Amino acid sequence: MLRQQVTPLETDVLVIGAGGAGMYAALEAAKAGADVILADRSLIGRGGATVMAQMTVAVALGEQTPDHWEHHLTDTLAAGRGLCDEKLAAILCEDGPRRIREMDDWKVGWARENGHIKQVQAPGHDRPRCVYVDFLSTGPAVSKTLRAQLNDTDGVRRIGDLLITDITVCDGEACGATALHVSSGRIVSIAAKAVVIATGGLTRLYRRNSASSNMGGDGYALALRAGAELIDMEFVQFFPIGHLAPRLVGMDPIMWDPFRYKLGGKLLNAEMREFENDYATRDTRSDGRYVLTRDLATYAITKEVEAGRGTPAGGAYLSFQHVSPEEIRRAFGPVVDRLAANGIDLAHQPIEVAPIAHYHMGGIRVSDTLETGIAGLFACGEAIGGANGANRLSGNAITESFVFGARAGHHAARKAKQRPMPSLGAAGAAIDFLRSAEQRDAPNVANSIVALQSLMADYVGPFRTEDKLRIAIDRLAEMTCNLGDRPLASSSDSFDPMLIDWLDLRSMLLVAQAVALPALSRTESRGAHQREDHLGLDDAWQLNQIVAMTDGGLRIKATNEMVAA
Amino acid sequence: MKALLSIQRGEPDLASRVETFEVTFEPGQSVLDGLRMVRRDRDPSLAFRFSCINANACKECMMLIDGEVEYACTARLKEGTTTLAPLPKKALIRDLVTEIAPPDERLERPLRRK
Repeated sequence: MLRQQVTPLETDVLVIGAGGAGMYAALEAAKAGADVILADRSLIGRGGATVMAQMTVAVALGEQTPDHWEHHLTDTLAAGRGLCDEKLAAILCEDGPRRIREMDDWKVGWARENGHIKQVQAPGHDRPRCVYVDFLSTGPAVSKTLRAQLNDTDGVRRIGDLLITDITVCDGEACGATALHVSSGRIVSIAAKAVVIATGGLTRLYRRNSASSNMGGDGYALALRAGAELIDMEFVQFFPIGHLAPRLVGMDPIMWDPFRYKLGGKLLNAEMREFENDYATRDTRSDGRYVLTRDLATYAITKEVEAGRGTPAGGAYLSFQHVSPEEIRRAFGPVVDRLAANGIDLAHQPIEVAPIAHYHMGGIRVSDTLETGIAGLFACGEAIGGANGANRLSGNAITESFVFGARAGHHAARKAKQRPMPSLGAAGAAIDFLRSAEQRDAPNVANSIVALQSLMADYVGPFRTEDKLRIAIDRLAEMTCNLGDRPLASSSDSFDPMLIDWLDLRSMLLVAQAVALPALSRTESRGAHQREDHLGLDDAWQLNQIVAMTDGGLRIKATNEMVAA
Repeated sequence: MKALLSIQRGEPDLASRVETFEVTFEPGQSVLDGLRMVRRDRDPSLAFRFSCINANACKECMMLIDGEVEYACTARLKEGTTTLAPLPKKALIRDLVTEIAPPDERLERPLRRK
């Protein structure tokens, strides 16, 4: 069995995850003189959320209209409903322009108009602020650009098919990681002077989601098991108008937002009546084109469906029938043909949309140098919590991946310079754990993952009650018990999907609890966390909840003190 | 509707075998949807690569579908038999998984210094 062999590696900085944040972290760490290993469980720059992004990147460039990063910050804090870590949010907004211009220098191809970078309006922003790459190509263009930069950078070793299973901690400091090399089945033990978690969010926990299959919250589980803290885990962002019907293949389910940015678009219920204004008085931050921010639009669609005014597939209609075919073609060019191949003609028919798990506001708790409470362990991108509070402003995700990625890489490299290379000895337990994988009669874990996704969607979705959350928490405990302590393997080591599923479900169950527990204790409704049994904001809850793991169990504490210990 | 997925399975240096699975589908569903159904309901040891599921962004699910190189996420399920095989010109890893990573993004590659 190959799992009996251990392949040793060492590096100054280990970056886990090669989306936008991880690639930027690797580039900046290398720029600061560190040797870097950039590991991804999938292929470099292909998995994760960045490559799926289609349009908006929020940044106060002032190219379209005069702007200042403090205006962007004001909007970010307002969207966050009082829970943002203001220091992290300010870093995001202040450093954004520098990184967006750096990407421009690297020829990412931001859309231009009249000689300047074009910036469009997006919900929750006080002015046109969002840059993008045509047509619906922001994510692929960003990934390609960062991959090209990595290709030209010395000292970054990129390793795909490398699934990190545990962070190694020696004397309270991060000193490397243990990994499964997926394609060969080999165990890899990495000694590192600093480790950066850039694994993205947890949307795979939900039945309908808009992210890659590898966004199962790996980084949160790694951080918890290493002894680091998570923050704001109850806040999962649902994107209100994820594609629902007819079946659309080859396109990202959140693709309709860019259409709305450019063309308007009407949300209609089954009576073909616009309903957004029925819910709009609750939000004072409306703009002309967009009536509702994401959390309120999710609420509005869900309530229309509950009231029996949903579409046949259980959502709302989104109609562009008021726009001429010529205008649709001008705005989206070749995308129109891809839609036609799916049998969709926007000028003549509405499509159906419904809320879909899209982004996680919560995440690993970090200081303003992106370091966790475990020395030498850093995190960045969607994997961290704090900058976006209870609800993320649209367009901030790609910006934060660049800004926090670069900053985490820089500080990880500085940390690495101060430390000797750790020995590999401390990884013994994690290696033995992988070696213990066995073939046995057990329920199909691929099926259990689907059951978990349904449980989370039905009981820990955007609208929650104490009863539903308690059912979910009990069921999660039962599933954890059923999974067992020993990894399940198939008959062969190479690319073993059963072992990967088992390791994934282990992490997903832990992370699901880390969402459900603070959701139960937060007895109010705020941003993306809506409690149907506790309506409205409660000022006493203007604080953040921290999740940590002790003796194998999760504990929750509340704080309004935002600096990591 | 029913589709029969006739899948070439195996590992390097071993004789490959073909296994056929029936999946129930709705018009419009992708071959990748069908493969995921097989893993969920029938055989969780079936190996294939994918990441983005639906968006045709990650480009990882490329395989031989009825003899043509295609993405499983954009090819649609059809009634009757669909044959699936690994990419013929890439090194086989397992079942429908081949080595598609660029050489310098693999574990075997040493640190490069210019």
